[in-house]
Amino acid sequence: MIRIVLPQHLRTLARVEGEVKLEVTGVVTQRSVLDALEARYPMLCGTIRDHVTLKRRPFIRFFACEEDLSLESPDSPLPDAVATGAEPFLVVGAIAGGA
Amino acid sequence: MSKVRVLVGTHKGAFILTSDGKREQWEVSGPHFAGWEIYHMKGSPADPNRLYASQTSGWFGQIIQCSSDGGKTWETPGGEKMPAPGEMPAGASNKFVYDTTAETGKPLTTHMWYDDTQHPWEFKRVWHLEPSLTDPDTVYAGVEDAAIFRTTDGAQTWHELAGLRGHGTGPKWQPGAGGMGLHTILLDPSDPDRIYIAISAAGAFRTDDGGKTWKPINRGLKSSYIPDPNAEVGHCVHHMAKHPSRTNVLFMQKHWDVMRTDDAGEQWQEVSGNLPTDFGFVIDVHAHEPETIYVVPIKSDSEHFPLEGKLRVYRSRTGGNEWEALTKGLPQHDCYVNVLRDAMAVDQLDSCGVYFGTTGGQVYVSPDAGDNWAPIVHDLPAVLSVEVQTLP
Repeated sequence: MIRIVLPQHLRTLARVEGEVKLEVTGVVTQRSVLDALEARYPMLCGTIRDHVTLKRRPFIRFFACEEDLSLESPDSPLPDAVATGAEPFLVVGAIAGGA
Repeated sequence: MSKVRVLVGTHKGAFILTSDGKREQWEVSGPHFAGWEIYHMKGSPADPNRLYASQTSGWFGQIIQCSSDGGKTWETPGGEKMPAPGEMPAGASNKFVYDTTAETGKPLTTHMWYDDTQHPWEFKRVWHLEPSLTDPDTVYAGVEDAAIFRTTDGAQTWHELAGLRGHGTGPKWQPGAGGMGLHTILLDPSDPDRIYIAISAAGAFRTDDGGKTWKPINRGLKSSYIPDPNAEVGHCVHHMAKHPSRTNVLFMQKHWDVMRTDDAGEQWQEVSGNLPTDFGFVIDVHAHEPETIYVVPIKSDSEHFPLEGKLRVYRSRTGGNEWEALTKGLPQHDCYVNVLRDAMAVDQLDSCGVYFGTTGGQVYVSPDAGDNWAPIVHDLPAVLSVEVQTLP
């Protein structure tokens, strides 16, 4: 079971509280986790990665095990601790100021 | 007695203001979608309880929200649906992809950037949602970078009317200071195939075949800040308005200049007349008097606030040129707010109500066509858009 922590606005949009828990088949990567997340919560499509290119949106970052994984390949395996559910995969809205 | 429902989009959420026909006592609902920019919210003329909202964020992009109960509850169309083979794509209600197909798309790869170089078209947000006059499931969306999309399934999926970008002048379109947005969509009750749109900064366009082909309608506009002041495209149109009964008459607040056309945009004339400044963003038409129009003059393109700190709506009862200041109930000193392009609306009651919102978070109402004004709310986030529904 993969654990995913979403930012507050996306939890509201998906109507979930706390962590999201998902089954991911095959190798656990950013792509497979986000595929499973969007399949379960279609309203999140386009909010974390682009609809067409599937690239991470500019002000979204990915963290796990106290590491910034944002620039890793979306097909690289995530840490074992994420794959086993010991640690969550964090989707974070960048702290970017704004109005 | 009739009621009114005012739909207010702000920088940090949506608010719904309701009142009876007197328009004196108001109930305020919100914030809906707290923390998100609500560029525009509008109800279907065919089903007033069907509302659509454009919800955007620099972090999370575009969301389309839909309500079927007048704004009490909302959903992202298709968002709850688990995808299955052969089913309507789920999670596509916020998917605005430019048409590049050989059949219908005439792909334009670039438009003009601020430095006059060419720049690729990139979807950023929906500026304006215009529901069909007859079908609650059909809505037009004006987006940045400028294009028009349409849904016919209640916003579950969107498809570009690519003939607009395919017109051929796209490489000359350029963003205004706020981006290159398609912000005005005017439908014609007497001709479902006729649609007017406006883009900042490209100008006004018209289709007479339901959106397949478009023509620029900018003759008579003069913009001294572009290389050719009389160019076919490149004008910074801020907003347009028309009375439903007049198929060929449009009014325009351009960057500078208030304009009108009596022949569906084939030729425009300036009607700024005695306005103290003809810069501004909003323009609207009285519900029952097709020659009565409203603007809010703003000092200049570098000072986006009213002249002399006095918030004044100007009304012309002659279709332009002769204007009177409307001030009763509006702040007449130390007022330095702006009124953005989609932030004025009129209701349909016998005594026409006029509404506008400010970047200072006030929404004002005049229940008597502009003679007297009162604030409905004082302290909302900056108001981006105002629409009003007149309900039985």
